[in-house]
Amino acid sequence: MSIHLILFLAFGAVCVAGAINLLAQTHPINSALSLIAVMAALAGEYLLLGAEFVAAVQVIVYAGAIMVLFVFTIMLLNAGEEERTKGSRVATLFGVPGILIASVLVGWMVLRHSGTEAVAAGALPGDPRTIGQLLFHDFLLPFEITSVLILIAIMGSVVLASKPPTTPRSVSVRKVD
Amino acid sequence: MPIWLFILASAIKSALLLFVLLTAVAYTVWLERKVVGRMQNRWGPTRVGPFGLLQPAADGIKFLFKEDLTPPHVYKPLYIAAPLIAVIFALTSISVIPFGNAITIGGYSIPFQVTDVNTGLLLILGVTSVGVYGVALAGWSSNNKYSLLGGLRASAQMVSYEISLGLSLVGVLIMAGSFSLRDIVNSQGGHFWGIIPRWNIFSGQIIGFFCYLTAAYAETNRIPFDLPEAETELVAGYHTEYSAMKFAMFFMAEYANMVTVACLATLLFFGGWHGPRFGPDIVRAILPVFWFVAKVFVFLFVYIWVRGTLPRFRYDQLMAFGWKFLLPVALANVIATAIAVAW
Repeated sequence: MSIHLILFLAFGAVCVAGAINLLAQTHPINSALSLIAVMAALAGEYLLLGAEFVAAVQVIVYAGAIMVLFVFTIMLLNAGEEERTKGSRVATLFGVPGILIASVLVGWMVLRHSGTEAVAAGALPGDPRTIGQLLFHDFLLPFEITSVLILIAIMGSVVLASKPPTTPRSVSVRKVD
Repeated sequence: MPIWLFILASAIKSALLLFVLLTAVAYTVWLERKVVGRMQNRWGPTRVGPFGLLQPAADGIKFLFKEDLTPPHVYKPLYIAAPLIAVIFALTSISVIPFGNAITIGGYSIPFQVTDVNTGLLLILGVTSVGVYGVALAGWSSNNKYSLLGGLRASAQMVSYEISLGLSLVGVLIMAGSFSLRDIVNSQGGHFWGIIPRWNIFSGQIIGFFCYLTAAYAETNRIPFDLPEAETELVAGYHTEYSAMKFAMFFMAEYANMVTVACLATLLFFGGWHGPRFGPDIVRAILPVFWFVAKVFVFLFVYIWVRGTLPRFRYDQLMAFGWKFLLPVALANVIATAIAVAW
C-alpha cells in the first residue's frame, strides 16, 4: 500500500464523514464547520493529483472566504438549533427514488470504467503556469463570459439589497433654524 | 535521500523552528512592552532579570498556573477549539518560509526551511485565510455580546483586507514569475549600477509594499486596525471570556502572525537573505541568516512603533479605507506592473 493510497483514503474518509456530519448536525454553525472540513479534505485530494494551484485556491476561496461569510451570516443572524419535523411528503415521494436512481447510475458508471487505468498520483499538469495558459489563452472567451455573469449577479444583489427611498428627497423634513 | 532520513530531518527542523519561533514570539512581547514603555516615557518591565529579560518566562509560568475558567454559558466544543485553531494556523504558516540558502551536510542538501513548496506563497495565504475561524468562533462561542461584536468585526475586516493583501503581492509575483518564496528571493539578487540592491522595493514595487504592509496590519488585528479587540468599547473583544493558557494562545497566535508578516515582507520586498557578504568562510555562511533576521527585526520594530504612534480607526473609516482606497490602489499597481513587465 503506497503512501499516496493511504492519504487518498484518509482524505476521502474525512470528506465523507464531514458530509454526513453536515446533514446530521442540527446547529447551523456545526454544519458550516463540517462543510469546511469537506472543502479542506477535497483540497488534499487535489494536491495528491498534482493540482497544487487548484488545491490552494480551493482552500483560499472556499474554506477561507466563502465559508467565512457563511459563518459570519450565522453569527450575525444568531441562528439557533433547527427544529426536527417529520419531513415533507415531497421529500419521501421523490427524494428516496431519486437517491436510489442516482446511486445506481454512479455504480454503473464506476463498473463500466473499472477496466481503465486510474490517474497516477501527481500526474496532472496543475502548476500555475499551465492553468494561466488555459484560462487566459485557450479558454479566454468562456472565462470572460463567466466573469460577466458573476458581475451581473453582484449587480442584481446590490439592487435587491438597496431599499427604494420611502419619501422623495424634496419633501424630506428639515429643521428651520 | 532515503525516506526515514527525510522524515527525521523534517522533524528536527520543525522542532527547532517551533522553538525559535516561540522564543521570538515571547521576546517580541518583551520588546513591545519595553519600546512602547519608552515611547510613553516609562520603563516597561524591569523587575525580572536584567532589563526585565526574564519577564516572558515569568509570564509563561503565570499563564500555566492560573485557573482555567470556563464560563457556564459558553458553547463548549467551539470555545475550546477556537484558541487551538488560532494558534495552530499561526504556527503552520511559518513552515514554508526560507531563512537562507540550502546548506550541505554529509552530501545531502538541506534547505534552510521546513519544506520547500513551489506554491509556498499561496499556502501562506490559504493558512492565514483559514486562521480567521479562530477569532470568529471564539467570539461566537463565548455567548457574550462584546465577544460576538469582536468576532463579527474580525471576520468582516479580515475578509475585506485579504483581497487587498492578495492583490498587493501580485506585482511581486509578476516580476518573479514564480510562487516559490525561494525563487522570489533569488530573483532579487544583484545590484543596480553596482550600489543599490535589486530588491523589489527598489525595482518598482514600493506601492505594492505599502499596500501589503497596511493590509497585513489589518489582517493581524493590530493598531490602527485593532477594532476586534477595541478595549474602550468591547472590553477585550473576541477574547473577553478567555483566561489563563487559552488567552495566551490567542496572544501567541497574534504575535506569531506578526512574525510571519515581517518574514514575508522581508522575503517579498526586501531581498530576503541578500546583503553584503565579507570576511572568512564561517562569517560568510552565517551572514545571510543574520541579514534575514535583522530585516525581520526592523519590521517587528515598525509594528511596535506604529502601535505607539497611531490612534484606532473608526469602523466605517476602516471599511471605507479598505474598499475605496486600498483595493483600487492595489489593483492599479497590478496593472501598472503587468504593463511594465510586458513592455
